Amino acid sequence: MSFLEITVFLANGFIISLIIFAVTLLIGVPLGLPIAFCSMSKFAPIRAISKTFVWIIRGIPLMLQIFIIYYVPGLLFGNPIFSQIDRYIISNFTIPNQGLSHLIFTNAGSLCAVLIAFSLNYACYFSEIYRGGIESISQGQYEAGYVLGLTKSQVFKKIVLKQVVKRIVPPMSNEIITLIKDTALANCIMLPEIIKQAKELAATQALIWPLFYTGVFYLIFVGVLTILFGRIEKKLNYFKS
Amino acid sequence: MSFLEVKDLYKSFGKTEVLKGVDFTLEKGEVLSILGSSGGGKTTLLRCLNFLEFAEKGTISINGKVIFDGSEKRTLKDEEIRQNRLHFGLVFQSFNLFPQYNVLQNITLAPTLLKRGSVEQIEENARKLIEKVGLLDKIDNYPCQLSGGQQQRVAIARALALNPDILCFDEPTSALDPELTGEVLKVIKSLKSNDTTMIIVTHEMEFAKNVSDKVIFMADGVIEEMGTPAQVFDNPQSLKTRQFLNKSLEEI
Repeated sequence: MSFLEITVFLANGFIISLIIFAVTLLIGVPLGLPIAFCSMSKFAPIRAISKTFVWIIRGIPLMLQIFIIYYVPGLLFGNPIFSQIDRYIISNFTIPNQGLSHLIFTNAGSLCAVLIAFSLNYACYFSEIYRGGIESISQGQYEAGYVLGLTKSQVFKKIVLKQVVKRIVPPMSNEIITLIKDTALANCIMLPEIIKQAKELAATQALIWPLFYTGVFYLIFVGVLTILFGRIEKKLNYFKS
Repeated sequence: MSFLEVKDLYKSFGKTEVLKGVDFTLEKGEVLSILGSSGGGKTTLLRCLNFLEFAEKGTISINGKVIFDGSEKRTLKDEEIRQNRLHFGLVFQSFNLFPQYNVLQNITLAPTLLKRGSVEQIEENARKLIEKVGLLDKIDNYPCQLSGGQQQRVAIARALALNPDILCFDEPTSALDPELTGEVLKVIKSLKSNDTTMIIVTHEMEFAKNVSDKVIFMADGVIEEMGTPAQVFDNPQSLKTRQFLNKSLEEI
């Protein structure tokens, strides 16, 4: 295989990594907010449920969570939904022979399992960042809004939210940079993300260097993220909170 | 019937009784200063008037209409609390300006959200208020670019923008250095007029003496002494008032 072919082969895997990355953010970022609110609820049972959930999700390795979500429906309920998704797609669609769409079509089931595990896991981490951010805003800001006759939701949306956003940008960027590297865990259920693709080359072509070459993909992407978050931080620098 | 009537207000936090039956009245256009040492219940009283705390007993009425009744068992709805709060404005000790908004936006935010007129009207009114507190040249600045005294003047303009019946000040100069105190007091003094009613919790004795129509001295959750500045400052009846005034006049 030429260098270019290997690059394309790995790039297909990296697109799978990016799909995991994007969907996890798309679901995890908003989902973290209700979890954070439940963890701060005045109603003790809701708070307890939410905190227990966060404890379990943060207390178990993400790789183990992927295994649990992928295998438990089949083992416990006799309903292996994720392999059924694979079977459904194979019998209902014409699958391309190669390339990215081939990878996605033949691995749709495990991709779904990975997306669920990642979204839940990251939503819990995000929720704790949100909670810290929200609780760090002084009571005086709320009270200033209330005495001006604003409703609770107006106070949150118009006064508190932007200050929270400013405070959580650094920890969020940290977490999001971790996320792109965590996507490598998906290869534990044979999902062909970039590391799995490189291992494939090692197994079939006896090439070990592509495994190290994958680092370049991560580095470039993390570089882009770093610049992006730097810009956001700078944009919010016009006020001090 | 007085403009503001506060009757028999009780408030405790856990086992600590902070207000133990506070009664006073205030007429429209009057300025009331509340003096007293820390922990006397002054701030709690203001917070009860602004519905940031809820008294267990007692009533608050404005123009004869009861807006708070501690004996009523049902909890007030958020909407009622919001409407009642609008009778009062509150200027905090620590300013509490909104850091992400500039001076103009800090003042226009609430009137805009409460739909108190067109965008142009609200902005014009805000400009007038900013001029009144002498900060027209800072109109586009953010709070972090202002001195403490300037921030407090913005906070005063922000409270005035909603035209409250009674404007309350909670130790408005306690967080300021002495040289910035004067500019804030000057602004407060300039607000005195026939239709601005104010309640000022303060440690600035001279200021209270000059600006007030009525002075209350609070200690241990009750009103120890109440009267005109001349009565309270020059001829105090209660021992506690005399001790407090002597202490505050003592040269160090």
